[in-house]
Amino acid sequence: MTTHPPDAAPAPAYDDDIVRHFFLATVLWGVVGMLVGVIIALQLAWWPANLGVPHLTFGRLRPLHTNAVIFAFAGNAVFTGIYYSMQRLMKARSHDLLSRIHFWGWQGIIVSAALTLPFGLTQSREYAELIWPIDLAITVVWVVFALNFFDMIRRRQVKHLYVAVWFYMSFVLTVAVLHIVNALAMPATLTRSFPIYSGMTDALVQWWYGHNAVAFFLTTPFLGLMYYFMPKAAERPVYSYRLSIIHFWALVFLYIWAGPHHLLYSGLPDWVQTVGSAFSIMLIAPSWGGMLNGLLTLRGAWDRLRSDPILKFLVVGISFYGMSTFEGPMMSIRAVNGLAHFTNWVVGHVHSGALGWNGMISFGMLYWLAPRLWTKVHNEGWVSLHFWMATVGIILYTVPMWAGGVTEGLMWRAFNEEGLLQYPNFVDIVARLAPFYWMRFVGGLLYLSGAVLMAFNFILTIRDAAGGSAPAPVAAK
Amino acid sequence: MSDTSGSGDWHRRTLEHRGALFAVLSVAAIAVGSVVELVPMFTVDFEPEELEGISPYTPLEVAGRDIYVREGCYLCHSQWVRPFRSETVRYGEWSRGEEYAYDRPFQLGSRRIGPDLHRVGGKYNNAWHYEHMMDPRSTTPGSIMPTYPWLAEWKVDPADATASVTTLASLGHPYEASVLSDVPAAMRAQADEVVADLAASDITVEHDDEIVALIAYLQRLGRDGRAKIAAAEAAAGGEGSP
Repeated sequence: MTTHPPDAAPAPAYDDDIVRHFFLATVLWGVVGMLVGVIIALQLAWWPANLGVPHLTFGRLRPLHTNAVIFAFAGNAVFTGIYYSMQRLMKARSHDLLSRIHFWGWQGIIVSAALTLPFGLTQSREYAELIWPIDLAITVVWVVFALNFFDMIRRRQVKHLYVAVWFYMSFVLTVAVLHIVNALAMPATLTRSFPIYSGMTDALVQWWYGHNAVAFFLTTPFLGLMYYFMPKAAERPVYSYRLSIIHFWALVFLYIWAGPHHLLYSGLPDWVQTVGSAFSIMLIAPSWGGMLNGLLTLRGAWDRLRSDPILKFLVVGISFYGMSTFEGPMMSIRAVNGLAHFTNWVVGHVHSGALGWNGMISFGMLYWLAPRLWTKVHNEGWVSLHFWMATVGIILYTVPMWAGGVTEGLMWRAFNEEGLLQYPNFVDIVARLAPFYWMRFVGGLLYLSGAVLMAFNFILTIRDAAGGSAPAPVAAK
Repeated sequence: MSDTSGSGDWHRRTLEHRGALFAVLSVAAIAVGSVVELVPMFTVDFEPEELEGISPYTPLEVAGRDIYVREGCYLCHSQWVRPFRSETVRYGEWSRGEEYAYDRPFQLGSRRIGPDLHRVGGKYNNAWHYEHMMDPRSTTPGSIMPTYPWLAEWKVDPADATASVTTLASLGHPYEASVLSDVPAAMRAQADEVVADLAASDITVEHDDEIVALIAYLQRLGRDGRAKIAAAEAAAGGEGSP
């Protein structure tokens, strides 16, 4: 049984120029998105960091941070991997014009997000804040991407759809459904609209979207990247084809139900809350199926983890995927959620996913691709240094957020012996979080610094390639 | 794929070799949960008695709510008191679903960097809110909230507020025809009350300052629901319940 990604056809058949475009956009927006994150982290530790400028307040910059890292950094990373791997998996070149409309359209959407969110132009739907005209543009660009994607499948020179393609396909289709249903709104002005849903229904639709943005924008396409780049980097076939089938179908079927775990103990009907919790807990199985299939791909080659920084990034990324997909279901249990909800614990949880899983997989993929798109990475030592900066950065970020989250959760609910709130002044609890916010700022700053080091390394790599003195690109395997 | 044949590979021939079918089934897989969870919420409306006493935001409150959304207040403040004693003691009555009937977009929030606001209406006077928005540390020493001095400088655009109210009316929010025919006049009447109340505390604002609209919105939060819950409890008590 062959479960290894098929070998590449001769290089000129493929459009690697578009891969380079998305690659550079990933690096650029990654640094920008993380920088905004570090700024708003500083604002929680030291509020004057907004400099008194309306456009730089936490409430306006946080959506810019989340949109930049999810749709600009992670999004461009996924497109980089998809355009590289799909052409090779399908043995079909992507459509040149559609690819460029997709690329420039997507970057235009990102720029328009950066030009609207700081001005307070928002729909206030988490991870779907962009105003309705931009929502329309997203729809158009997504259709262009989908046409390009399915046309590669239609023109493919291989019969079999490799595992990674299933996950990409689920990403392309489900994100379209989520985006359209959640964005249905009545425009009032050019920059403001009101959703067709109201109250708890609106909240349910939004969290159905929000949680599945995590599932189908930050999980399934990244599993697709894992299934392509992990076997490539490990030079080993995927551990189990059967496991990939089972965990794929279980994952896509179960994930879509999990949204209501964001609304436990709310005015949502109890049965919806219970169903959301139950499916969230079930999600451990397919999530860990994916993690095990990724990690066990390295079977018999674990020794290479000592020397190969790309494998380190991928393996730590997959491990964080396993950790956060264990933590998430635990937090969906009502009693745990009662403590964790509204606290920094949730922030720590999403960042173990975003920094640990999406970030590390993206970095590993970029370092694997760079020699194949340009030339040997300029400084191999910096790659290892980046790995350690990122790993330590994640720990310095998530541990204080976990500790700070449990601290505030317990303090909010503490009663004294007379049966009165032990901390009746909310602000007294806020003050206790300052050290955790400072530690998180340092962790985030370290993670950002690693990304800046990577960007610098790639700039020098591209200069090496342009100089012509460096060795030719490594042939794609 | 060099080797795709062999025993036990029926699913490859029927599925993993067929892109269109695979795409259809992957959409079917996500459609099941979506339909089961969402469609009942789309089709079931509140009973009329559930909505009794719950009314839409006034035009001035709508304008204030637009500011609340613009400044991203929901990113630090929830509007969602959970049914725990620790929360009802701190904030007030827990939040019922029907109280949000006219909330578009919903503002439940997901994080409490600051306290919950669902029952903040009537908790402090207008002057407190004014001082708090100008400098949160003047009312709450140790607060990490930004200052919002521009809310006392920037003006509510009557045309903009009218567009919001008429759009909400088109989505089914019940407004009197007299309100819809002159939204700025309805705003002005309520704003003048806030201006007069602030003047009594030696705070001078104009009726169209953004801070006036925002205070009106904050003072409205959770009041309909609270009044309704209190009335229901009084009725239950009147019948001799324990």
